[in-house]
Amino acid sequence: MYAQLVKSEGKKSAEEMSPEERAFQDRVDRGEKIEPKEWMPEGYRKTLIRQIGQHAHSEIVGQLPEGNWITRAPTLERKAILLAKVQDEAGHGLYLYCAAETLGISRDQLLDKLHDGSMKYSSIFNYPTLTWADIGAVGWLVDGAAIMNQVPLQKTSFGPYSRAMIRICKEESFHQRQGYDIMMKMAQGTPEQKAMAQDALNRFWSPALMMFGPSDKESVHSAQSMAWKIKIDTNDELRQKFVDQTVPQAEYLGLSIPDPNLKWNEEKKGYDFSEPDWTEFFEVIAGNGPCNRERLGARVKAWEDGAWFRDALVAHAEKDAARRAAARVAAE
Amino acid sequence: MAAAEIAVDRATLFEFLTRMGDNTLILGHRVSEWCGHAPVLEEDIALANTALDLIGQTHFWLGLAGEVEGKGRSADALAFLRDASGFRNALLVERPNGDFGQTLMRQFLFDAWHHVMLTALTGSSDPRVAEIAAKALKEVSYHLERSGDLIVRLGDGTAESHARMQRALDDMWSYVGELFIADETDRAIAGAGIAPDPASLRPQWEAIVGEVLHEATLKVPTTTYVHKGGRRGIHTEHLGYILADMQFLQRAYPGATW
Repeated sequence: MYAQLVKSEGKKSAEEMSPEERAFQDRVDRGEKIEPKEWMPEGYRKTLIRQIGQHAHSEIVGQLPEGNWITRAPTLERKAILLAKVQDEAGHGLYLYCAAETLGISRDQLLDKLHDGSMKYSSIFNYPTLTWADIGAVGWLVDGAAIMNQVPLQKTSFGPYSRAMIRICKEESFHQRQGYDIMMKMAQGTPEQKAMAQDALNRFWSPALMMFGPSDKESVHSAQSMAWKIKIDTNDELRQKFVDQTVPQAEYLGLSIPDPNLKWNEEKKGYDFSEPDWTEFFEVIAGNGPCNRERLGARVKAWEDGAWFRDALVAHAEKDAARRAAARVAAE
Repeated sequence: MAAAEIAVDRATLFEFLTRMGDNTLILGHRVSEWCGHAPVLEEDIALANTALDLIGQTHFWLGLAGEVEGKGRSADALAFLRDASGFRNALLVERPNGDFGQTLMRQFLFDAWHHVMLTALTGSSDPRVAEIAAKALKEVSYHLERSGDLIVRLGDGTAESHARMQRALDDMWSYVGELFIADETDRAIAGAGIAPDPASLRPQWEAIVGEVLHEATLKVPTTTYVHKGGRRGIHTEHLGYILADMQFLQRAYPGATW
């Protein structure tokens, strides 16, 4: 997942569409995949760049809250699993930047937009990981929410995005399992461990619900994205699915969901639950979450500190090419 | 295996195995500190992968150390419940990360040693040691290829990268010699054919390092001074902080399972 509030344009009716646009929409409706070299509406391209870019940025910023506990992981096995997970996330970032590049924007351009704040990453990564149980909660809830959104996106209309999602989903389900496994160990552990697990759930529950983005009532950009099959389910549908799936998992752990209004609704065959605090959500999006400055600051610092490294690789490649060219000339 | 255990006592073999496992543990820890902060995404991936390999190797070395010791200590008990003076890693691997050039230089100097050491250990008289070495060697061959390649590209890159790499080399150089100094333990282990005499690895190491540094247009430092102590438990101030991080949960919640 990791794409929230992606701006799109208003949905066009069949009459408003040009013949090209109509033919494009027919292909999407038939379930055909759109490939990079093929004609596509400019709005489709732009929306996809925003969405895939935001997703890619989320993967790389997402390394930070988990990386925060790699050096303090409690066993060698947990350390190895967490390293593997964070490495996967960097890999997901790589596939996604590559998918975005097929739409005509480079990774460096996208990173510039991340660094100057004009592109966002998921709000969830602006929350701190305060205890080891938070690493469990991130895997269980955050990756769980991400999977909810990404599984349907495997069927998205844009070929490279769909293929990236297929690869990513395989790894995400392992991530969620490892998170749940950490929670399980803690929930069944000492009283202190159990308290840590409950505290992590208390802090991450509402931010996890926010990952799906604002309520459908507020979400003005969904209709066009859904017509283009860039977005498959609505925010509220996904949020409902996530709650319905997660509540029994929490019960199995013996932890309580921090929501007094949570109640099974027999009629809709799903849970009723409180809306997350949208004021908080918009504050986090606006840059006022607990870790916004640190997260973005860390990424900008990594990029700036690494400039000499990247420049050197380019300089070496140029020297090397010049030497080889000279050797060829000498040989002739 | 039986022959090896007759030839050296448990304590000596334990000492040797913790030297191997502590090197990989502490370097793996240092490398993992980069997670999410590398200069380019491919390096984030490569560093996480290197750290993952090193932590995996630690599991084998310290697991065997615990078994040999015979006091019921697991690899985790050794990693998370010894204090600094119980650690046997060389000082080189606990050097702070510094800039990315220093991290890479430390890695390269270590990888070159690690590679010649593991190659020799694949012929160990102790089949358990030979088996771990064979597994680790596959990973370390890649580490060496990668770090060597980057040393060349950065040494022979821009004026700035050249200066940074030369500084990194000068800073790290006096911490390398420790890897080649033999003490009683090394002599006993070498005598039993479990591992080579550390000094015997130096020519091969110099050949690898010399070639890369030459291609990287870097000057081999002239200093011959050697900082040492890690392999007998006398560390720099840095190790205490590494352990404070690494061992926090195991120390704060004794006996909990994770």
